[in-house]
Order: sequence, then structure tokens, then C-alpha cells
Amino acid sequence: MSSAMASVALLTPSATSLSLRENSKRIGFGKKHGHLLFKGKASGRVSMTVAVNTSRFEGVTMAPPDPILGVSEAFRSDTNELKLNLGVGAYRTEELQPYVLNVVKKAEKLMLERGENKEYLPIEGLAAFNKVTAELLLGADNPAIQQGRVSTVQGLSGTGSLRLAAAFIQRYFPDSKVLISSPTWGNHKNIFNDARVPWSEYRYFDPRTVGLDFEGMIADIKAAPDGSFVLLHGCAHNPTGIDPTPEQWEKIADVIQEKNHIPFFDVAYQGFASGSLDEDASSVRLFVKRGLELLVAQSYSKNLGLYAERIGAINVVCSSSDTAARVKSQLKRLARPMYSNPPVHGARVVANVVGDPNLFDEWKQEMELMAGRIKNVRQRLYENLSQKDKSGKDWSFVLKQIGMFSYTGLNKAQSDNMTDKWHIYMTKDGRISLAGLSLSKCEYLADAIIDSFHNVN
Amino acid sequence: MAHDKAGKTMEGDNMRAELASPIFRLNTLARHLGVSCSLSPPSPMESQFPNQAIYPSPTAGFSGGSVFANVVQAPEDPILGVTVAYNKDPSRMKVNLGVGAYRTEEGKPLVLNVVRRAEQMLVNNPSRVKEYLPITGLADFNKLSAKLIFGADSPAIQENRVVTVQCLSGTGSLRVGGEFLAKHYHERTIYIPQPTWGNHTKVFMLAGLSVKTYRYYDPTTRGLNFKGLLEDLSMAPSGAIVLLHACAHNPTGVDPTVGQWEQMRLLIRSKGLLPFFDSAYQGFASGSLDADAQSVRMFAADGGECLTAQSYAKNMGLYGERVGALSIVCKYADVAVRVESQLKLVIRPMYSNPPIHGASIVATILKDKEMYYEWTVELKAMANRIINMRQQLFDALRARGTPGDWTHIIKQIGMFTFTGLNKEQVAFMTQEYHVYLTSDGRISMAGLNSKTVPHLADAIHAAVTRIK
Repeated sequence: MSSAMASVALLTPSATSLSLRENSKRIGFGKKHGHLLFKGKASGRVSMTVAVNTSRFEGVTMAPPDPILGVSEAFRSDTNELKLNLGVGAYRTEELQPYVLNVVKKAEKLMLERGENKEYLPIEGLAAFNKVTAELLLGADNPAIQQGRVSTVQGLSGTGSLRLAAAFIQRYFPDSKVLISSPTWGNHKNIFNDARVPWSEYRYFDPRTVGLDFEGMIADIKAAPDGSFVLLHGCAHNPTGIDPTPEQWEKIADVIQEKNHIPFFDVAYQGFASGSLDEDASSVRLFVKRGLELLVAQSYSKNLGLYAERIGAINVVCSSSDTAARVKSQLKRLARPMYSNPPVHGARVVANVVGDPNLFDEWKQEMELMAGRIKNVRQRLYENLSQKDKSGKDWSFVLKQIGMFSYTGLNKAQSDNMTDKWHIYMTKDGRISLAGLSLSKCEYLADAIIDSFHNVN
Repeated sequence: MAHDKAGKTMEGDNMRAELASPIFRLNTLARHLGVSCSLSPPSPMESQFPNQAIYPSPTAGFSGGSVFANVVQAPEDPILGVTVAYNKDPSRMKVNLGVGAYRTEEGKPLVLNVVRRAEQMLVNNPSRVKEYLPITGLADFNKLSAKLIFGADSPAIQENRVVTVQCLSGTGSLRVGGEFLAKHYHERTIYIPQPTWGNHTKVFMLAGLSVKTYRYYDPTTRGLNFKGLLEDLSMAPSGAIVLLHACAHNPTGVDPTVGQWEQMRLLIRSKGLLPFFDSAYQGFASGSLDADAQSVRMFAADGGECLTAQSYAKNMGLYGERVGALSIVCKYADVAVRVESQLKLVIRPMYSNPPIHGASIVATILKDKEMYYEWTVELKAMANRIINMRQQLFDALRARGTPGDWTHIIKQIGMFTFTGLNKEQVAFMTQEYHVYLTSDGRISMAGLNSKTVPHLADAIHAAVTRIK
């Protein structure tokens, strides 16, 4: 792209670099327009030596803000008092303040007292962390762990763990694709795109029932080529909040086995969905019990409030310990050229909390409180919506959905209205983060939703 | 189809399954054809040459098999693997000169006092939160890092032409920079010095660039092959990316002089090559943060564009916290804005946003005059201890009459010395003397102390006299 720009400099010697940039702003420089300007086949070499005043990055276009993280940026710029940030899934207290868990503070103080060093972790991360994270996910007594069949590599929270897994899939399963739910977390597609792993969607959300399109899901998983990877949300599906029932999980496992697909779980909310760490891991454990090989990406961003510490893991459950060792070695080989070895701080916090019986119990209690607050907020929102909306619309999906988010069913224009008129920030797919909602703001939100739903198309 | 659900079958079932399996059938066929190929899931001992072996499709779904059957055991990382091997060694006289992590005179890892102080402040601050950082990282950290490397009065910074994003130490900064260039830059070849840090090639290749080399180290002089360097860069296609070690070249410790840097700069600019600096030892090479940044500043000051990867692993001892920054100096401020927006698109699908802990420590130190000063003092002490080790090792080899010219030990700069020892000599030193170093003969001076210098000198002496 910049060579095209430089060629223009060659063809129109009177054009200064300043006017080139002005042109690029007016025309909206991109491949298409570069082609229009580009008259001849000037070689890149010649044009680069002429265009001394042009940036090599002239052709770089402005990327749009991230659809999720960009919401917080926009929220911060808004000066209106009534503004509400329901964009990113970060837990807030009833006072709408960020929350650092007490167990985390305790763990950090312990770490400080011990005066541990800051040496490089091994590429696969902190051993103590890897051990407790697999146990938390699968249960310490899980045969898969005891047989050494689980390879665990510390990753950069959920995103980083998914990316490592994607890189592994690209290298070892170059002909396979990943099936992702429609809809799914916005960043999943980016991760697989950048890792060059092809993906396709399976039906998931049914807007008519505001529930799970189970038949569509099963049909699409069945229709995919054998040996596909199926990305499943372990619990608290993001963005819909709609989870399969235990019976439905069994049927999903059936069809996955039938097709020799490889389950790939994204577990970002263990403990946050129901309030119980074990219950929220039951889908993963069901599949492991069946003897399936599978991948699980974990995140401690939400359940331990360690968002910014970037702590998570990729777990690969294999059919043998030998396989697990080989898989681990290859995951390391992918991590080394990405960031060499992962950050130590968050890993130590998790290892300390999960590995200490007292802190672990305390964590479970804090977890229940957080999940409980969200359930209360759901209840209040549902009540407000039902009372204030005279149309008779069924708002019970708010109660049925699970986890941090609610998929309101609002479309983009309606979501825009939420922001533009009501200063409520959310993602354009209609997802609101209940973690960012207080009981006292439920009424205001209900009014906004009702207005957007009925008065905007 | 009966699927083996729990991995437990009757022996008969196992055998039947094996006979029916694609592995067995293909193996049988291969034997009949006289073709040599290995079709069983590879054991770690087996050859790792997939182009000779045929593996059943991972989706074949045979009972009792694994979808990961064709995943072979990867070798240990050559650099980090040295520490792994060292840790396994039970010998009491073992010395780890593998990875470039600073050790005290007592042979212990060091957390700088100023780092501990900063960490105390952070952990004890009741209003501190752990919310996601922006994709580009901690804003203060970014600004301060840019100032540190480019100079507080850098025109490029003042003109808003520098975009800086927090990344995972040096590796992460190189990878993000590489991916950005692979996506947005028209020349996808990067030239790296011969030799260079072992991880560079893989980082850039996985980022999507192709890697070529330019001559750098001259084994006969154990110094810089400047003529070869200039020739090779002259031959590079216009616009090609050139990786430059800002100071304390790893693994050789051989740096260009200021005059040579200037010549390189003129050549690089005249050919329109794009410099990409790897700055992992600012302050560690000479003890002076400014002196060690001189090469980078020369390029940033001439109005041209460049990339710089910064690491705080060594100079702040923050190894495991993974703190670093990628800076891109652009010709124009509006270009910098757009470049930043595209860097976010590289980072978001990789790890969303960077870790906060290390960056907050750095920002705390850099923005406080007194803590900054304390840091420079501790940094100088580390650099001086290393310079001291160089002198001690040189003296010890001279005292033993070890054959060869060892002046390169005191001429080379930074954490590492390229001893000039070959693979066999290195293996000998590890085997017989329990001295651990990378097979290219690189030793980390930071891992030496007065007590271990004599042992190392003995090992080198033995290696040089007994193995050729």
C-alpha cells in the first residue's frame, strides 16, 4: 500500500508529502483507492528511494475501536451523570466500584512477606499454578489427572490460552476447522483468524424463544466434517447467558463422539455461573469422564478478579501420559516465540489462594457473594421490566440466563439508542453486563430497555 | 460403532482393535512394499522427521488411539533448556552460565531494592485495582518507557510521532512488532545478525516474516565483521527490515563503535531499510542508561522511522513479570495514531491486554526522581560486577597459561561472553566440570562470582587443551 503511495510521488513530482496525506484522508486510503491512484507498475525499489518524505506506514488505515473494550473507552469520555457502563464483563460492587477480592489481597501480602524472587518462570509457567488449576477444573481426584493425562500450560488469561491452543491446532491439525457458536464472544473469531485456523458457526441462540436452538446446534455439529474442533462455553455462555441443560450436554457429547470431533472448552466463568466451582465445571467433567480427548482454556480474570494480571491456562486432556507430555512440549514451542514465558505474579496469587485450604474456602464464599449479587440484580431488573412494560412482553429470559451477561435481544439501532439517549454503554449485539449494574440503577435501565425496545427499530 | 469410552478394554478387544486399525494395516502394506516407514505413534526417541513417516489422519478415530498421535516430542528450548539440565544435575560444583539472568556475588537471584519498595507501595495501596489495562497497556508506563529509550527531550516524542505499546518483555514486543509488519509493511523480510539470540528467528517466522541474515561476528578476530555487515546490508532489497541489537549484542557481546553506528545509519537510511532495535540491556552494558541508548537515539533523531523493542527483564530484574514495550517511531503524528490502532488489532487476539504488575512497578520507579536515581545506582552496581567478573576470568585464564587470546573477554560488552569454544568443548565442560552454557559457547557473566571463576577457568583450560 505504501509503495502505491510512493509511486504517486514518482508520477506527480509536484505533489508534496503533505498533499499526499491530505489526499489519503479525503479519498480514504485503502487498497481500492490505491489501485485508482496507481498508474504504472513502478517497482517498489525505485519508489521507496524517491519517497523519502513519505512514511512507510502511510497506507495503514485507522482500525475501528474494539467492539467490547472500546465501549469502556467511550464510557470514560461521557460526562453525563446518569451514564452506566454495561460493556465489558468486569465485576462491580453495588457501589459500582471495581472489586479486588480479600483473598487476593491476603495472598499478595503473603507473597510480599515471603520476598520471593522474580526469576523467569519455565515456558509452561508456574508448576504450582498448573497443578492447582487442573485440579480446580477437573477435581483433584479425577483419574485423568492421576494418570498424568492432562497437560497444562499457564497462559495469558483466557485469550492467551485460546491463542496457544489455536496455534497448536493450526500446526497439528491444519485441515481441521473450529466450530464456534452463533453468537459467541467477539474475540473468538479474531483469535482463530490471526492464528489462521478456519472456523464456521453452529446455531446456538434462538431469538424466537430467547433460548437455545438445540436442534440447530446438534444438526450443525453433525454436519461438520469429522474431527472438527467444537468450541463450547463451559458455563455462562458469553454473550447469551444461555447454557445447555445437563441432559442436553449429554446429547452434545454423544454427537461429538459420533463424529470424532474434539471438544474445546472455554471456561472463563467457573464459579460465576451458579456460585459453585464444582457445578460450573460439570460440563467439562462430563466429557472427560467419557474418555474423550479435549482442550480447555481457563481464565481467572473474573472469578478471582485478576483481570489485569492475565492469568489462565490451556489444558489438554489426552489419552495417555506420554501423549500429554508430547503435547505439552509442543505448546511450549509455540509459547516461546510469542512471549518466552508467562508472567509470574497472577500465577502465584492463584497458586496461593487455590492451594491453601483456608484461602480457598474464603474464596468460595466471596465467589458466592459475587454470583449472588448478580442473581439479585437479575431479579430486580426482571421485576422492574415486568412492572413497567405494559406490552405484556415476556422478560423472564433475564431470570433464565446465567452468568454475568444478559442477551437482551436489542438490535444495533436499539443498542445505539441505549447509549445515545440514555448514556448506557453496552455492546452492539445487545449484550449487557449485569456485573456492572447496581440494584439502585435497575429502574433506570428498565426504562431504557423498554424505550429502546418499543420505540426504536 | 462401539467406542472405547474409558480407555479400558479387554485384551482381546485391544488386539482386535489394533488389527483393524489403520496403523496396523498401513504398516503391513508398507512391509509388503518394502517401504520403510514408521506408523506407530512416535515415541520421544523416534526420529522427528514427519516427511518420512506416514501418520494416520488425526480424524481416523481408531479405538484406543489419540487424536494427538502425530504430535512429536519437541526438543527442549536450547537456551532455557540449559537451566532445565542444570537443575537436574546433582553435582555440588555445578555452575549455571546458561540463561542471562543476573546473579549476585553470592550466586543468588536479585530483586532490586527499589523494585521491592515499589512493590510494597503498590500492594499496600488500598485504592489499587486490577481492572483490565487498555489493549496498549499502562499509559504512564508507555510514556516513561519511550522517554527512557529515546531521551526525554526527543523531538520524535515531542512531535507525537512515537507510538508505544506495553508488551510482554522483549519477546512479546518483537512478536507484536513482527506481526504488525507482516500485516502492514510491504517488505516481509527481516535481516538478523549472524549470530543472534536463539529465539529471534522463531519469533519473526511465526509472526509471518521471512528471515535472512547479515554477517556480524568475525570468529577470527572475535570482533565485528564490519565490512561483511556493510556489504550484506547493501545487498538487502530496499525497504527490508533490519534487526539491530541496541547494545550488548547477544550472544557475542560485540558492539559497533559510535563511528560504525553512524556509517550503518547512513547506509540504512540511503537504502530505505527499516531498522528494528532490540534493546534488552539498556544500562546493563556500560552502566549508563543514556550511553546504552545512543544507537537508538541516533536513528530516532534523524527524522526517519524505526521500531524498538524494550525489555525490563534484566535492567530492572523483572524477568518473570514480563515487562517491555514496543515503540514505533513514525514520520508523522497522524500515521502514529493509525499505527497504534492497528497494533491493538494484533494484540487483542493474542492476549487482549498486557499484565499490570510489572508495568506498574516500572512506572512507579521511573516517575519518582529519588527512586529513579536509586535504580541507576543499583543498575550500575550490577553492570560493574559483571565487568569485574570479566577481568577476573581473563586474569584467571592468563594465570593458567591457557592457550589462545582471551582479550575478547574484557573487550566484549554486556552480560554475555562469546568464548569461541566449539560444541564439543562445551559438551566436555558440561560433562566433566558441570559447567552449563549454551552450545554456541556463550557464557553468562552474570552467573559467575569470585568463587566460581577459578572453576570455570579450569574448565575452559581443560576444554581448550584436551578437545580441539
